[in-house]
Amino acid sequence: MLKIEDLHARTEGKEILRGVDLEVAAGEVHAIMGPNGSGKSTLANVLAGRDEYEVTRGSVLYEGRDLLSMEPEERAVAGVFLAFQHPVEIPGVGNLYFLRTAVNSVRRARGQSELDPMSFLSFSDERMKLVEMDRSFMSRSVNEGFSGGEKKRNEILQMAMLEPKLAILDETDSGLDIDALRVVAEGVTALRSPDRAMVVITHHQRLLDYIVPDRVHVMSAGRIVRSGDASLAKELEANGYGGLGPSGDDQAVAVGAGR
Amino acid sequence: MTQVSSDVRELASREYQYGFETVVESDAVPRGLDEDVIRLISAKKNEPDWMLEWRLRSYRHWVTLEEPTWQNVKYDPIDYQDVIYYSAPKPKKKLASMDEVDPELRAMFDKLGISLAEQERLSGVAVDAIVDSVSVATTFKKRLADAGVIFCSFSEAVQNHPELVQKYLGSVVPYRDNIFAALNSAVFTDGSFCYVPKGVRCPMELSTYFRINAADTGQFERTLIVADEGAYVSYLEGCTAPKRDKNQLHAAVVELVALEDATIKYSTVQNWYPGDAEGRGGIYNFVTKRGKCAGARSKISWTQVETGSAITWKYPGVVLQGDDSVGEFYSVALTANRQQADTGTKMVHIGKNTRSTIVSKGISAGHGQNTYRGLVKMLRSAKGARNHTQCDSLLLSRDCGAHTFPYIEVKHPTARVEHEASTSKIGEEQLFYCRQRGIPEEEATSMIVNGFCREVFKELPMEFAVEAQKLLSVSLEGSVG
Ligand SMILES: Nc1ncnc2c1ncn2[C@@H]1O[C@H](COP(=O)(O)OP(=O)(O)O)[C@@H](O)[C@H]1O
Ligand SMILES: [Mg+2]
Repeated sequence: MLKIEDLHARTEGKEILRGVDLEVAAGEVHAIMGPNGSGKSTLANVLAGRDEYEVTRGSVLYEGRDLLSMEPEERAVAGVFLAFQHPVEIPGVGNLYFLRTAVNSVRRARGQSELDPMSFLSFSDERMKLVEMDRSFMSRSVNEGFSGGEKKRNEILQMAMLEPKLAILDETDSGLDIDALRVVAEGVTALRSPDRAMVVITHHQRLLDYIVPDRVHVMSAGRIVRSGDASLAKELEANGYGGLGPSGDDQAVAVGAGR
Repeated sequence: MTQVSSDVRELASREYQYGFETVVESDAVPRGLDEDVIRLISAKKNEPDWMLEWRLRSYRHWVTLEEPTWQNVKYDPIDYQDVIYYSAPKPKKKLASMDEVDPELRAMFDKLGISLAEQERLSGVAVDAIVDSVSVATTFKKRLADAGVIFCSFSEAVQNHPELVQKYLGSVVPYRDNIFAALNSAVFTDGSFCYVPKGVRCPMELSTYFRINAADTGQFERTLIVADEGAYVSYLEGCTAPKRDKNQLHAAVVELVALEDATIKYSTVQNWYPGDAEGRGGIYNFVTKRGKCAGARSKISWTQVETGSAITWKYPGVVLQGDDSVGEFYSVALTANRQQADTGTKMVHIGKNTRSTIVSKGISAGHGQNTYRGLVKMLRSAKGARNHTQCDSLLLSRDCGAHTFPYIEVKHPTARVEHEASTSKIGEEQLFYCRQRGIPEEEATSMIVNGFCREVFKELPMEFAVEAQKLLSVSLEGSVG
């Protein structure tokens, strides 16, 4: 489904991704771990189409298409979803209205009929149960004044409503207490399916207790330096990232200590 | 309420859609201005002597004045002798009912989407339609009359309610106030008059659609609204103008008077022709609007959404004379292409415990220049007065600008003024967030901008709020980036 080859990206004259290779098949869940500043969020943003990063080399194929040549909204329509590490607030724009606009934009672009307000409401009610949110969230402005945990749940709700094929979760578990973590993890698990792929960026082994990954990758200094199965995450938890292959900066952060 | 709606897509593909001209026979005075022209205007309107005298006094004052230069807008000097000061559409005969309104005019209203018949039947809004300076149709007269509300053209008020006009005309905006107020006082041709008697809550929202029609006719309306003790009135003003090449001067005066415990809410959606992408054509909107909270516990609230005009230069203000009176100013001003706006408000606190709130949202796109200029003045008598000002600017392009000039004068030690200001570029992150969720860039922009303006839109009556949002989206079309 996703094939990244030798991906290089830079911003403000600084090379951040320095040759990422990654292949993800439908139905798989991949975890990406690694120290702060190693380029995990940058990778996620480049895949979603943030133009602040300039791709200098490499290619990304998504379902056989050249992902890098597509606009962000085209990628969304094609099924790419990014749960942001730091979801932005949009003052004055109601959450419900935002979600309906998003869902209907995607439906329209996919040639499906738009949902009228009533059917949308019952659809959102149903999906909100998944992340244990209530309607009061919907009348608030997008992410405005939301707690960290509420923002993350809102991201998962959006994912559940947009039904992507490739979901990238950027530290969706960070800063969550154990209950919120469970809610988020259950939400993600419910969306796991044979035709959906997920890339889960995390610092914590504990999320991977709920969402058992097919593959675990370790990123360091803009490259994937090690890959393995679920046991790699456990190993990392025991030993930290220290001594993991070539590292541009000598950060050696213990797993779980990062943000 | 935040619905930007799918109409945006459709609307966005249009250019200024009100750019048509109606062929109505005009009855105009010669180009230029002198005392004879003023006498001619006054005679055509069959005015009493006191009215003519007042015009002449204003004119004699006006000729001594020079245009100010402190404002942050640029335009070529206005040739006042090249303006036609009076032009009235010739009605075929005296109008007894709506059906008799000139079919051309009605067709024009239809094009504007404000068919009077529709309005009358469906919306419960009384419309005093002003076409080139003379009212041709006034609806809902009866219901208003039953409530004791006087709502008519200014000319009719001069004929039928001279005592009220004489008492209040110029009581808030004297002709000496500024050069454009003096000019307006000398040559105003028509406008609206409203008087709501003691204790009466006006049974419907009053609305006037202004329209500039005959070529090169300057527009000088005069609006006077008086809410007597304990009265309430909400007034809507909406504007569109046909497209044309030559800049058109528009210098209206609006005066509001609220007596004890009275409330006046005045809402404007202004969408005059802004000029083309290079700034050619377009209306000069130099308007003097002021309200006086004359009585204790009275309240005057201005809400404006300004998306049109080549140059907007206005400061709707409130003089807070009565103790515990309240003044409010909510404003959205958008400048795109080469538009310039220098707008804001003046809150003058005289009475004790007077309160004012200012919320200004300036949006600049293209090469637009947006200036907020606000004066908050608390006199020695204004014990315990309060003001809160919030002034936010949003920049949508590299070449646009936002400027803020707050002037604050506080003469009483217990008076308090709070000022908050922010300037932000349209959030790249917000835009990306929306697009990542599948919302196209254009729609995402108008959504974010509408969100930014929400505090102001919620002050508008419902239909107006929807219209304002559409206008904003249309005006933003193509000016992002
Ligand atoms: N927009 C940006 N401008 C400048 N530097 C950036 C930007 N985004 C990321 N970086 C830098 O790139 C490196 C990788 O950041 P990031 O991808 O956020 O890492 P991670 O998510 O693994 O913590 C960091 O050194 C960060 O400071
Ligand atoms: Mg990160």
